[in-house]
Amino acid sequence: MFNFGIWTSEFNKFLMGFLPEWATVLVECVIIAVLVLLTYTVLALFYILYERKLCAWFQCRLGPMRVGKWGLLQVFADMFKILIKELISLKDTDRFLFKLAPYLVITSSVVMLACLPWGNGLQIINYNIGIFFILAVSSVGVLGILLAGWASNNKYTLIGAMRSGAQMISYEISLGLAIITIIVFAGTMNINELVWAQDKAWFIFRGHIPAIIAFLIYIVAATAETNRGPFDLPEAEHELTAGYHTEYSGIHFGFFYLAEYLNLFIVSGIASLMFLGGWMPLHIPGWDGFNNVMNYIPSVVWFLGKSFFVSYVIIWFKWTFPRVRIDQMLSFEWKYLMPLSLANLVLMAVFVALGWHF
Amino acid sequence: MNLLLEISNNALAVTATLTGIGLVFAALLIAKLISPKSYSVKKSEPYECGIPTRGESMIQFKAGYYIFAILFLIFDVETVFLYPWSVVMRSLGPQGLLCIGIFMFVLIMGLAYAWRKGALSWK
Repeated sequence: MFNFGIWTSEFNKFLMGFLPEWATVLVECVIIAVLVLLTYTVLALFYILYERKLCAWFQCRLGPMRVGKWGLLQVFADMFKILIKELISLKDTDRFLFKLAPYLVITSSVVMLACLPWGNGLQIINYNIGIFFILAVSSVGVLGILLAGWASNNKYTLIGAMRSGAQMISYEISLGLAIITIIVFAGTMNINELVWAQDKAWFIFRGHIPAIIAFLIYIVAATAETNRGPFDLPEAEHELTAGYHTEYSGIHFGFFYLAEYLNLFIVSGIASLMFLGGWMPLHIPGWDGFNNVMNYIPSVVWFLGKSFFVSYVIIWFKWTFPRVRIDQMLSFEWKYLMPLSLANLVLMAVFVALGWHF
Repeated sequence: MNLLLEISNNALAVTATLTGIGLVFAALLIAKLISPKSYSVKKSEPYECGIPTRGESMIQFKAGYYIFAILFLIFDVETVFLYPWSVVMRSLGPQGLLCIGIFMFVLIMGLAYAWRKGALSWK
């Protein structure tokens, strides 16, 4: 597998050749910031088109077709339009919190994006508690949504934000327990080590029964965590105009829109990292020839392919299942999903203690 | 990247945070420069499907959400305790498994109590 770390270390040496150390760090930080920014916007734009095209196909439509070839330039037109819309300021809003909310939502998703491993040696933040750090940062996004609904001084946004908050904090527990199930198996929280631990085979195959149950729990919890699919009642159009971002206009609304799609990518990225091997190619123990062929496919392609596949499944949910009610949503989490994920964690611990895995 | 770049993780985390703040700030600045501005009384009112809003909106709210927030607090702290255990689980052996079993039993008792009391049903 090609290690992108060779390029970065060569670049580091090149900069160190004529710059003092502090300047090297500064230049590298600026380059990283620009790269993260570009990745963020390109991914968000790609995801908007991806979802629109998929929705169209599920409904036997064509989707956006007019702007550019197959509507590929539609998202750029949309983003430009959203940028030139007026930013309406309302009376009686809590101005400080109203303006703070998009900062929290966007910043949390940018930091989470910077934690994901894109390929061999292509990872920015690499804490030894990596996956725990991602979950901690994701909680800040919930705060932004709650603030947005509260500060807007509108009954619908308040209800939308409360529903969203209740839903996101509830499903965060199942999400965390599904991830803990895999950490028990892997014995590490460092993202880089997690990927290398799947060199032999992906966790979903190595941990068989408990890992597959954990994967299913994770997908359900992640759908709820991103306010999508059957769990999109914070944005239920026929009840609550548009949910917590009703009062935001122009680019202010655009921030929530971008963060929503980026969060979809991030939960899919974590799913591929924890269960489907991250950027690790498909390896089958004993089949050395097959494994070597798989290694020729670049690691970035593997990571993006798996993430887009999980996103595809989550977008598919939206068009298959009808929206649930709030009482069904909360009782599903607390009475079924959470006890199941606790039991699954115990099952995994027993499997690991007895060595019933490969 | 940082595996070979010799920048500390904290510096990178701060860089990512500043990138997020910078993205919002820059986009807002551009939007303020190129977007039109106009003011009217009707436009600055809250949008509640066209009906004029009545009374305060920042009010005391349904207690049901509050109960779930408390339950979340208990179980989230529980998962925080489970993280360190999960990392060292293999080296702790059967004793660690027994201890975490007792810990989880107490918590499941708590969940069962809340369930029995009806805290998990939406009213």
